[in-house]
Amino acid sequence: MTKEKKSTDARNASFDAWKKSYEEGMAKCSIGTERTTLSGKRSNPLYTPLDLQDFDYGERLGQPGQYPYARGVHSTMYHGRLWTMRQFSGFGTAEDTNRRYKYLLSHGQTGLSVAFHLPTLMGIDSDHPLALGEIGKCGVAIDSLADMEVLFDGIPLDRITTSMTINAPAAVLWAMYIAVAEKQKVSPRAISGTIQNDILKEYIAQKTFIFPPAPSMKLIVDTFEYGTHEVPRWNTISISGYHIREAGSTAVQELAFTLRDGIEYVEWALERGLEVDAFAPRLSYFFNSHNDFFEEIAKFRAARRIWADVMRNRFGAKDHRSWLLRFHTQTSGVALMAQQPYNNVVRVALQALAAVLGGTQSLHTNSLDETYALPSEEAVTIALRTQQIIAHESGVVNTIDPLGGAYFVEKLTEEVETEARDYIRKIDDMGGMVKAIEMGFPQREIIDSAYAYQKAVEKKEKIIVGVNAFTSEHDEIPLLNIDDSAARQHLNRLQDVRRTRNAARVKALLSDLKKAAEDEVNLMPVILDCVKSYATLGEIIGTLKDVYGEYEEPITF
Amino acid sequence: MKKKIRILVAKPGLDGHDRGAKVICRALRDAGHEVIYTGLRRTPDEIVTAAVQEDVDVIGLSILSGAHNVLFPRILELLRKNEGADIQVIAGGIIPEKDILELKKKGIAEIFPPGTSTVDIVDWVEKNVGAGD
Repeated sequence: MTKEKKSTDARNASFDAWKKSYEEGMAKCSIGTERTTLSGKRSNPLYTPLDLQDFDYGERLGQPGQYPYARGVHSTMYHGRLWTMRQFSGFGTAEDTNRRYKYLLSHGQTGLSVAFHLPTLMGIDSDHPLALGEIGKCGVAIDSLADMEVLFDGIPLDRITTSMTINAPAAVLWAMYIAVAEKQKVSPRAISGTIQNDILKEYIAQKTFIFPPAPSMKLIVDTFEYGTHEVPRWNTISISGYHIREAGSTAVQELAFTLRDGIEYVEWALERGLEVDAFAPRLSYFFNSHNDFFEEIAKFRAARRIWADVMRNRFGAKDHRSWLLRFHTQTSGVALMAQQPYNNVVRVALQALAAVLGGTQSLHTNSLDETYALPSEEAVTIALRTQQIIAHESGVVNTIDPLGGAYFVEKLTEEVETEARDYIRKIDDMGGMVKAIEMGFPQREIIDSAYAYQKAVEKKEKIIVGVNAFTSEHDEIPLLNIDDSAARQHLNRLQDVRRTRNAARVKALLSDLKKAAEDEVNLMPVILDCVKSYATLGEIIGTLKDVYGEYEEPITF
Repeated sequence: MKKKIRILVAKPGLDGHDRGAKVICRALRDAGHEVIYTGLRRTPDEIVTAAVQEDVDVIGLSILSGAHNVLFPRILELLRKNEGADIQVIAGGIIPEKDILELKKKGIAEIFPPGTSTVDIVDWVEKNVGAGD
């Protein structure tokens, strides 16, 4: 008998002995042995080397910075540089938000992340009838370059990176940012940041779409192409699972749909004739960090491994930077509870820790008061401090991927990967993500999961502290209030812009834009000209709507 | 036998967060009621027109954009003008507590804050809507 065989037999015997003892012990308990993750995946009570037989370290994990990147995208990880602490922020007028940015930067935040108000997200101006009551409520109001100049006033765009959560009209807001940089005498080649620019997850989950899928995808590929040549340090897309998860998906669905979206973007860019290694290094990802600690960590690790394989083997990318799944994380908004809101600080800390142990490149921590309103300054400071405590006090950054090799974590990572790949294959078979969306497939899967979860909560199969267990009264907490003066101040600037700009030039450029859209050429240069002439977002998007039409979602529940 | 209630679930405001609305649609449907869902980004005019045309007993508004203080009173006003004053209006979403009090004073029958069980919503609707018919 070989030495190895002997040791395996001993392991099996000790495992069987433990299992017997566990079952005897559990028989005396009134609670069942069944345990599931937040997403409803069954968890075993114990994982051992028996779960990782034939597990090949080099093949499945690799060292940090080595294919398949399960242990992280950089060889140095948080030794070389901590994650970017990037709080998503925007409210009221450009002046209000500019003040908040300066406050956050002065408190140690290391990057900016712009939250736009809903009219901007929908590509309409603030004086549009649908903007009634919405100005500055969900984010900062931006209609034209004039607002953007105020938003970044006194913030050096050659030194600060900025992420902008903007999708359907992303090309226009990006053009405004480039124009502001130029006014600060900063070259487009020197600026860095991210536009979310992920329309597929809008159709799937967040629903701030404007145009139908084909022209939307065309515009996105325009930004890839333009960025590659003109703004090479910019991440032209942040392929987002965040909103898919918030809409109710499981962890596996979040991972699978998001990566399949990524595949779809690559396919459309290749179709345009772009070289994979020319644009793929600028693709980035954005995930949710939800309550189930290990499931989230497994999801982040599996994401890197699947993407590296997809880029290398499915698309034949040669540049190793094309294989890297770099990602931003935000803690889960739906996991915040209105009841006993201070408990949210603890939830956020755990979710943030999962993101860090999962190897995130940047992180937003939610504020405790966000089930009621946009966060107050005090609440957002606690959220930022939470990240700083993880980074500087907890010690988790001292070792790269400290959970690597844990039987449970590796087994869960394998399972999450396998299940996600099954979904990806299914969507491949449907003809891709645009087709799957048209068939309503991911939308239906998500609402099914959301409803199943809601029922599990109501049956108390899933416990939410302070909501369906351990309930108690709590005092009201102070909230940020955005009063109507913000809307008035903002609308005044919009009127000034319309009055003082060169109207004939705006008209001519919008007509150039229309022609370019009809001719199917890259729209970025003409959009840039439009924004510099102070054409408004609503005018630019309105012109494109005339050519592209608007998307109508099938109404189902 | 339980009376079947006709409900219009509506999404005013520009936000696209429809998880709550859809979960509530399903819960009400599973409880045996007739549910009509408007889809996203409906104006007060569109919501009131649909409610009157469909002859519903109750409108459920779901909103997360922060525009509730402007849009809800407008919907109530249009209902009164369009012979829909008998239609009850309930709501849910991201609505701060102090706004809830004001909106109830203005005529919103009930507002369900985050964390409300769908069972409680179905119960409320069955107890309070269409009574006396």
